[in-house]
Amino acid sequence: MVTSELVRILALSVAVLASSAQAEGGFGFGRAPTAEEIAGWNIDIDRDGRKLPPGHGSVVQGRVLFEAQCASCHGLRGEGGIGDRLAGGQGSLATHNPVKTVGSFWPYAPTLFDYIHRAMPMNAPQSLTPDEVYAVVGYVLNLNGLVPDDAVMDAETLRAVRMPNRDGFVPDPRPDIR
Amino acid sequence: MSDDAAPEAVRRTPRSRRQILAAGSALVGGGLAEVIALPARAETTGGIENTPPHVPRWMKEPGADVGSQLYGQPSEFEKDVIRNVPKNGKQYTSSASRTPLQELDGIITPNGLFYERHHGGIPAIDPAQHRLMIHGLVERPLLLTMDELRRFPTESHIYFLECSGNPGFETVKQGKTASDLVGLASCCEWTGVRLKTILEEVGLKPEAKWVVAEGADAAALTRSVPLEKCLDDALLVFSQNGERLRPQQGYPVRLLLPGFEGNMSVKWLRRLNVVAEPAYSREETAKYTDSMPDGTARQFTFTMEAKSIITRPSGTQRIAAGFNEITGLAWSGRGRINGVEVSVDGGTTWQPAVLQQPVLSRAFTRFRYPWAWDGRPTVILSRATDETGYVQPSFADLTAIRGMKSFYHNNAIVPWRIAADGEVSNGYV
Repeated sequence: MVTSELVRILALSVAVLASSAQAEGGFGFGRAPTAEEIAGWNIDIDRDGRKLPPGHGSVVQGRVLFEAQCASCHGLRGEGGIGDRLAGGQGSLATHNPVKTVGSFWPYAPTLFDYIHRAMPMNAPQSLTPDEVYAVVGYVLNLNGLVPDDAVMDAETLRAVRMPNRDGFVPDPRPDIR
Repeated sequence: MSDDAAPEAVRRTPRSRRQILAAGSALVGGGLAEVIALPARAETTGGIENTPPHVPRWMKEPGADVGSQLYGQPSEFEKDVIRNVPKNGKQYTSSASRTPLQELDGIITPNGLFYERHHGGIPAIDPAQHRLMIHGLVERPLLLTMDELRRFPTESHIYFLECSGNPGFETVKQGKTASDLVGLASCCEWTGVRLKTILEEVGLKPEAKWVVAEGADAAALTRSVPLEKCLDDALLVFSQNGERLRPQQGYPVRLLLPGFEGNMSVKWLRRLNVVAEPAYSREETAKYTDSMPDGTARQFTFTMEAKSIITRPSGTQRIAAGFNEITGLAWSGRGRINGVEVSVDGGTTWQPAVLQQPVLSRAFTRFRYPWAWDGRPTVILSRATDETGYVQPSFADLTAIRGMKSFYHNNAIVPWRIAADGEVSNGYV
């Protein structure tokens, strides 16, 4: 029959199209991003800080930036306000009143760079230069007694900061209620 | 009248005034001042004009024209069925609003009432300028426009989505309504492309273990998703309940991870970075981790465990003695709901509720239980069991293990207290 012949030819054509599409990597929609496009969007910093960018900033510079751009929400000394409390609370996690701050709770220092760069200040995220982010990160760590007043933060010095609660996280054991 | 009843009474006041005004406007020569001066019982008096034996006013003249609303809105008499936004928030850029679960029927949440949790506000994204980038440990990095994404094979599924802090442990006594307590949960039919399809398109390198998803909002919210989930039921969603995503739900495209805590279903999705280990982002270290009494915090607590809540009768409602249908919602991040039990005697005895079909995996399931209330004070509760055999715990059993500071993943049984006068209130109090 003509019809069955047509179906057979159509089926063959579809199979050929499908296999050629697979050889090229599937459907073929979209395009490859350029290296520049990926670099412009990939702002992920890993916990070990291997992906930290070049640049540097001091605790002293960070204090100026913090007081201008962060203190209105987080308080002059990171004591909190509209925004989270950022300093203090070390040693409180196992008590009835745990105080979770950068110093008491955050496990990895490079994550501070990642977060401040991508999301802070809340009214102008991604507006700080890498130097400025390093400076603010340094000041927040300094408020928690984790780097000295004269510290200068860069990829190397930030990687070297060991956060007090680094080993404070455990995997999900649920279901845990029986 | 108890304090718990106050919000309901306040809520009803504008409704009755509207009805009075509506009735008054139809009366020839009816003075506005005179109408407003009507006593509180006027809701009944005004209504009599339109009840038997009178011919209703809305039958005596043509209604509004076809197309008078180009995008349809609920009846003006449903204006109080709205999102529940907490008052006195420190700010509303990173905040949440709740679905009014006690006002809704069935299992589907209307798009305009879907709960919200945003970390950097709601971006206004032009879909023509939005791009989805897939890169990292892939053979062929890919940049897609929204039109290109929609060319891939699509699927539709009904799934719930729930915020992991629904409610926090220390606030269970504060909520008055079902929405106050567990309104950070909603359920939609979602349409999109399987993430698996896109990952096959780009080709995974052998070291690939996680996918870091990032939103195009001011928080550039970032969560790491295990590759197994990405290759299972994860969706790249562009529609909810048949229409394009609402801005509040991630327009023009979001990730949807069925059964996982809501914040991982990253909205306004712009980037998927395929990596060997998690990002350990702020949201999966400092935030969405669950603090235990010993000072440790549980990390990567993805699954939303089985939960249920009675939505009627529920807090701030009032019932009369005699027949009352108890109804509510149950769901589990681990699959289907196998059963819901209801107790009408404070948890001493439990009876099976009837499950409304369809009962779908990782979706709201509606349950019902016919009840004749004898008029005596009591506490009513519901308890869900899912297909894995997991039973929704009591708050006491949950906190005995987790303490009061873990904040997230409180899926405890919710008690509703019923007073002698029929007022329903928070049974935790």
